[in-house]
Amino acid sequence: MSASRSWKRPPIIERPLLRWGLTTGGVLFLVLSIGTMEVNWERVAAGVPRAERFIASFFPPDFTSKSADIWAGIIESLWMTVVSTVIGILLSIPVGLGAARNLSPRYVYLFSRGILAVSRTFPEIIVALFAVKLFGFGPFAGIIALSIGSIGFYGKLLAEDIEDMDPVQAEAVKATGASWFQWLNYSVQPQVMPRMIGLAMYRFDINFRESAVLGIVGAGGIGATLITSFDRYEFGSSAAILLIIIGIVMVVEYSSGFIRKWVQ
Amino acid sequence: MPIKQQSDIKVWKRRSGKRQLGIWFGQFIGVAIFVYCWQLVSENTIWMFVADAPRQAVDMMERMVPPKWSYMSNLWRPIWDTITIATLGTLMAVVFAFPIAFLAARNTTPSSVFVRPVALFIIVASRSINSLLWALMLVTILGPGVFAGVLAIGFRSIGFCAKLLYEAIEEIDEAQVEAVTATGASGAQILNYGIVPQILPAFAGISVFRWDINIRESAILGLVGAGGIGLQLSSSIDTVTWTQVSVILLVILVTVVVSEWVSAKVRHAII
Repeated sequence: MSASRSWKRPPIIERPLLRWGLTTGGVLFLVLSIGTMEVNWERVAAGVPRAERFIASFFPPDFTSKSADIWAGIIESLWMTVVSTVIGILLSIPVGLGAARNLSPRYVYLFSRGILAVSRTFPEIIVALFAVKLFGFGPFAGIIALSIGSIGFYGKLLAEDIEDMDPVQAEAVKATGASWFQWLNYSVQPQVMPRMIGLAMYRFDINFRESAVLGIVGAGGIGATLITSFDRYEFGSSAAILLIIIGIVMVVEYSSGFIRKWVQ
Repeated sequence: MPIKQQSDIKVWKRRSGKRQLGIWFGQFIGVAIFVYCWQLVSENTIWMFVADAPRQAVDMMERMVPPKWSYMSNLWRPIWDTITIATLGTLMAVVFAFPIAFLAARNTTPSSVFVRPVALFIIVASRSINSLLWALMLVTILGPGVFAGVLAIGFRSIGFCAKLLYEAIEEIDEAQVEAVTATGASGAQILNYGIVPQILPAFAGISVFRWDINIRESAILGLVGAGGIGLQLSSSIDTVTWTQVSVILLVILVTVVVSEWVSAKVRHAII
């Protein structure tokens, strides 16, 4: 073997034209997007002391001076999350069943998929913007927005899970002469249940995180308290709220792992 | 298998009596919590407004058509900004998530007592805070604009990308790492030739997936002044120009559908 021969790892994209085309396109996009991004460096520099104050306010965060507002907000976020998760999941079950190809006739399938696609497209906060216009300021608008978001998320995953289930069990139950509901209850439900409980916990987690921002558009929850503290530059309270949010998300995440293990 | 004696016949039950009782108890608690929470909702809602909502909704829809297409000319720049925010934000997140994932993965972390918990905390903190909250903080600090949006998307996505990536690193095939080690490779070479090629497809998939999510997220960052099309949306809603709102919503819809299509195509090509 001559010394000049050496091994080279194969490129990720094998067709050279495509590879170079994508690379040039990517670089061009980067140059353009960074070029058109107007950064006001004077304003950024002016923000540095504020950033320092903000970071400093985490050590220690100020839990006490606004504690009544903070707790009211957190509790409101929590019950909003509970109600919207439950309503969202209850509504998503029929939609999810309808959107499973192996369960429902074609027109029901298409209709249900349409509902899921629409409710997944717009972020919760945009839905909340409209809900506030329709239902007035307050947690009810937030609950509507979160429920709609949950339908899209949970319904889609439920439908996919049902499509992936083991058809042998379903057939066996059907062969015993079970009615449609018995069939659903004894063959479909036990197969999808463990995963769906885990996903319900996950959705609870998402809804809680989302409920923390809905207050920005006036749809209730801890977000309203948070944005007020930002507007008043009371960074100590903001830091406290952020830490509480992180803490609750961690608790939900850990307990969801625990519950999933217990269910399986 | 639990079987119950009913007079003379043996009847099959799905669960034993005790377990069924436990499940019923759990369900009872669940329902009680829900009812209590619903009561709180009820107290905090003005039902008159809710009853009025269907009429309002119809009214709003009527005022949204026909969409004011001439407004499109004002929207090209915000659309470009939205895509810029999503792409640069994802890029930034990916750059930071890569080393953090290696620090967080059980099999590559330099120290599972000191470094790994810190990396995991960074991941959780970044994930727990919605990009809108990141934007809110950054706008207070940096002032409104695209730059704050890019950073907000970046900070939010670091946790997401790093979490999925470190799970991918933990699932790699150790035999390949061992083979590269056996050639006498240095630590960096092991990383480069033994681990990185194994996670590269997952890495690319995660990045594109997150980019797709970020398009959706950057469309709303304008609500707090961090650039993108959300700014036009909130100002059009505030000035109740519903014909503009419908144009913006259609634009967001098209952007989201296209980005989802691109992301699905790319992920399909990789995997």
